Amino acid sequence: MQLAREELEQAYRQMKTIRDFEDHLHREIAKGTIGGFTHLYGGQEAIAVGVCENLRDTDYITSTHRGHGHCIAKGCDVKGMMKELYGRADGLCKGKGGSMHVADMDVGMLGANGIVGGGPPLATGAALAAKLDAQGGVALSFGGDGSCNQGPVFESMNIAAILNLPSIYVYENNRYSEHTGSSYVIASESIASRVEGFGIHTVKANGFDFFEVHEVMKELIALAREGKGPCAVEFETTRFYGHFEGDPQNYRGPDEVKNDRENNDCIKIFRSKVTEAGLLSDEDLDKIDNEVGELIEQSAEEAAAAPVPSPEEVTTDVYVSY
Amino acid sequence: MAKMSYREALTETLHQEMANDENVIVMGEDVVGGTGSPGGPEAIGGVFGVTGGLYGKFGAGRVIDMPISEAGIAGTAAGAALAGKRPVAEIMFADFIGLCMDQLMNQAAKFRYMFGGKATCPMVLRTSYGAGMQAASQHSQSPHPMVTAIPGLKVAMPSTAADAKGLLTTAIRDDDPTIFFEHKALYGLQGEVPEGDYLVPFGKARVVSEGTDCTLVATGRMVSFCEDAANSLAADGISCDILDPRTTSPLDEDAILDSVEKTGRLIVVDETPPRCSFAADVAALAASEVFSSLKAPIKTVTGPHSPVPFAKELETAFLPSPLKIKTVIEQTVKYS
Repeated sequence: MQLAREELEQAYRQMKTIRDFEDHLHREIAKGTIGGFTHLYGGQEAIAVGVCENLRDTDYITSTHRGHGHCIAKGCDVKGMMKELYGRADGLCKGKGGSMHVADMDVGMLGANGIVGGGPPLATGAALAAKLDAQGGVALSFGGDGSCNQGPVFESMNIAAILNLPSIYVYENNRYSEHTGSSYVIASESIASRVEGFGIHTVKANGFDFFEVHEVMKELIALAREGKGPCAVEFETTRFYGHFEGDPQNYRGPDEVKNDRENNDCIKIFRSKVTEAGLLSDEDLDKIDNEVGELIEQSAEEAAAAPVPSPEEVTTDVYVSY
Repeated sequence: MAKMSYREALTETLHQEMANDENVIVMGEDVVGGTGSPGGPEAIGGVFGVTGGLYGKFGAGRVIDMPISEAGIAGTAAGAALAGKRPVAEIMFADFIGLCMDQLMNQAAKFRYMFGGKATCPMVLRTSYGAGMQAASQHSQSPHPMVTAIPGLKVAMPSTAADAKGLLTTAIRDDDPTIFFEHKALYGLQGEVPEGDYLVPFGKARVVSEGTDCTLVATGRMVSFCEDAANSLAADGISCDILDPRTTSPLDEDAILDSVEKTGRLIVVDETPPRCSFAADVAALAASEVFSSLKAPIKTVTGPHSPVPFAKELETAFLPSPLKIKTVIEQTVKYS
């Protein structure tokens, strides 16, 4: 653990912000306050944060339908995101995008994505731009295990390999391709073993452990920055919620989520590691918990009170000029 | 007749057709659901529940869970159809047709013609479409005009539970590739559905109501919006012919033209953007064929030229509504 105290606090704060953001949405969606299709990231926080703590604002990421965690980790404004989820006029995307389309160009967040496998080709293009700009920038796509079966994902990895792009492909294997077991839909032994077929340097790692994620990504991202070409990683992880909110999850094992919450909760694991090593105290962490709790509460209050978009906005932003 | 939902009518049809013909196979993402998971197969039966119970009855050989690979699913269905099967493939959301467009527009649609009439591709691609659930820009579209524009594809869009059964039966037994649009807001809609074998022919419009002042043409969810609009004007002495073409390809041109000749007025309602749309297509047909019968300009009620937005207020502004349709009927009838 080579991280400074501030870095540890920042990582914990980010993971906890994602957790609380998602838990809040879970409760609100059940009440009917928030409409649309929402896919929660709870359980996978160590990956988004472990990855993004190694990125700069000028680096790019693309995300997925399960994108809130990636957005927060990359630095999207939490209050703006909450307003977006509530469909408000001053939401991050003016209420036009909603959960599956949160984006913020200012922090290199090129969008959550409603199309499974939509992100990796875009990240490949952003990596091409970064290579041409020659400032050491990289582009990184997050994708689930389900996305690795989309043709465009394969096409883009091949393109990144032949063009030697600073493109990083992160696969979060949460065991389910929507409602179907990953082991059934993925023919190869692993996602990693497939990607290696492109000659892309690929690692498999434990996505429950922030420190492992952080270390693996530090090395991979450095390689991409140095012009060593694309790389990829497959993280083992779990989602605490369903594919979407409202999913009965009857395809999961009887105690699967309970077990994951007890034994594979990345936030609990982080806490026990830093407190046992004496790096941060329970008091330090509890203080962050309180601050995050207040932030989410405030965000929700402000979002609930924020004005809704006016109907004329439906035809704005379709083009730059027309 | 039996009372059931649009969803149940579709499920019953799949069961009947799979029992009737062993060449009928069902494939798609989560159509079984739970394959390879601790909960085991049959956990889902399609995200909208349409394919429920098929796996238990017909087994894994004919009811096939697919990876998230829309191009692969569409292509596999097209190839299996060329080789003698009758695949019913599910693309979870019609927006995802974007991913499988090559297999539809360059492959399935073209085989029969390119191969000099010597091939058949009896596949059905079922998909959910339409706005109204705040599902935003990539899960709310109605891309039926895009596929209607492709010669070689047939396009069905049921608006009632009975038509869901009748059109799906016809689609499965038809020897041409059919894109079958199920409106996601209609799955729960209840209706009387004929029992046993029930086929609704393609290219034959349903006369939803008869009137004398104006012809309304609409598909899918927009049919009931037209009915609501027309009903709200009945007290004012305005009556409308409402036609649901049921298939946009082939299109029942005669029914539309006969009605416009009778009423002298036409309004086409569709929930897509207006450009190169089904609404524009029907309007052009009437303008060109029955111009002299028209007493008022043809009007269309569609979404604007924009993607489908997320916020409820914006989505409402995007969609046609009974009130918007009513206003246009009034303007058209009063036109002089």
